[in-house]
Amino acid sequence: MDASVSPRHEVMRSQLGRARGLGSGHSGTAHWIAERVSAATLLPLSGWFVVQMFRLGGADYEDVTKWGGKPVNATMLAALVISSFYHAEVGLQVIVDDYVHGKAHLPTKLLVRFGTWLVGLLGVIAVLKLALGKSSSRS
Amino acid sequence: MQDVREALYVGSRSDGTLIRRPMSPHLQVYKMRLSMFLSISNRITGVAATAGSALGVAWLASLASGPKSFATARKVTGNPLGQVVLAGWILSLVWHTVGGLRHFIWDAGHRYDKQELNEDGPVAVGVIAGFGLTLAAALLCVSGVRASRRAKAKGI
Repeated sequence: MDASVSPRHEVMRSQLGRARGLGSGHSGTAHWIAERVSAATLLPLSGWFVVQMFRLGGADYEDVTKWGGKPVNATMLAALVISSFYHAEVGLQVIVDDYVHGKAHLPTKLLVRFGTWLVGLLGVIAVLKLALGKSSSRS
Repeated sequence: MQDVREALYVGSRSDGTLIRRPMSPHLQVYKMRLSMFLSISNRITGVAATAGSALGVAWLASLASGPKSFATARKVTGNPLGQVVLAGWILSLVWHTVGGLRHFIWDAGHRYDKQELNEDGPVAVGVIAGFGLTLAAALLCVSGVRASRRAKAKGI
């Protein structure tokens, strides 16, 4: 907020008139719930991933692709990636809402949403390739 | 006007001209307390955990791309600097999880009084440090030992 900006040009409008229409879009509660639900989903999925990493840490390419090719592992991985980046999208959006003001707000918010969505999609595609594609090591 | 809060800054001088009223001091007049630190750190670790997860997706993508790119990824995760990043990712995930669990408890309407908050803060720090560091050390040690054993087995 720039201290030098004078509100003089809006002299005919009351403070209530200024505030009207700029407030709640009636979607705050849904956003808040989405944050909590995705967090709750992440708890068991992350627990599973930690256990898998203990089993898999230090393993070589053949073992890891074999692990990723199993349908249950691929399902859990895809679920983990989707809920992680959904939770990140929802959470980072709130941070942008709180700290980025003015003209930069909308582009930053769109960029954050697009970025998290894109990285999440990359994760899902990678999991799908491991699960469905014949691994490229054999070709 | 871009921000609805700007409306609260409109004031007038005694001659009637409108002015932008000054913002009252906020962050700088409070002594930093543990609850403040844990609150902001929950956000910071959330961002850090997202960055780490993006690296995790890069790891998945390298695995899906083939043995050559996976070998590159393993070079990164085996590098001391990569291990520090991995430990930082694990620690920020644990940190953000503990913060999130506290939020669940507060949302359920418990432990939200001043005294309870001040009691729980140090417990949260203890859980984060204990569990986070143990998990990071254990995972990195298990992976390192397994990797070196396999390298030896292949060498023979």
